[in-house]
Amino acid sequence: MRGLVAILLAIITGLFCAVVTFLPPIGDVKNAPHQHVTPTYIERSAEDTGSPNIVTGLIIDYRGFDTMWETSVMFLAGLSTALILSNNRCGRRPIEEQEIEEGEIIK
Amino acid sequence: MMSEKFGGIVLNVAFRLLVPFTIVYGVYILCLGEFSPGGGFQAGALLSVGVVLARLVLGFDTKFNILGETSLILAGVGTFLYAFTGWLTLFGGAKFFLDYNFMPIKMEPVHEMHALGIFIIEIGVAICVMMTIINLLEAIVKRGEEPDGDSK
Repeated sequence: MRGLVAILLAIITGLFCAVVTFLPPIGDVKNAPHQHVTPTYIERSAEDTGSPNIVTGLIIDYRGFDTMWETSVMFLAGLSTALILSNNRCGRRPIEEQEIEEGEIIK
Repeated sequence: MMSEKFGGIVLNVAFRLLVPFTIVYGVYILCLGEFSPGGGFQAGALLSVGVVLARLVLGFDTKFNILGETSLILAGVGTFLYAFTGWLTLFGGAKFFLDYNFMPIKMEPVHEMHALGIFIIEIGVAICVMMTIINLLEAIVKRGEEPDGDSK
């Protein structure tokens, strides 16, 4: 069974590697994604966004909504990491406190 | 742990040279954000490195110290500044979020308003990133200071 799975995985990997050769070459201007909105961005970003840098204009002006959620994801990730790292007792099981109370009652 | 001083005279002198340049470079990247690659995220990381280095070298004696709760509140304020810019444009009559043509301050060439909006947003991003990193440092320091920190 394990050998069969290994053979299947090898065949699938070989198929993926073979398909890569049919992809268009990297950096070719005539690729499909470079024909759709990229020329518009390159032509109009300077006068649209007021920043001479295309990347900044694209990230913060054209795709500003995306960057807003990136920032809030970063804020929430930092907040939750700080909550995990800080050693407070909120929400834990009160095992030790119960034991202490029982001992005091017995005494 | 890190509330005390760290290192000897070599680290002291070296970091004393390094910290002001780091902070000045962070402010430079932030103010030039709309003209250069990079912007809020990188500027926030550099500013936070300045604060963290000052904290590492001098401990709690630094004049340039930001404590845990303040850093958490300011991180939220930075994120809010970004969203508030989007709401300003919506209140001005824009049809979608962050359409800078409808900023409340009117300037004559339209792309000047875009540049202003980009600058406000990058200030917000920089504050958020800087305060998040300082908040992580503060959480680690608090964990180290607890007497039964790692046993439970």
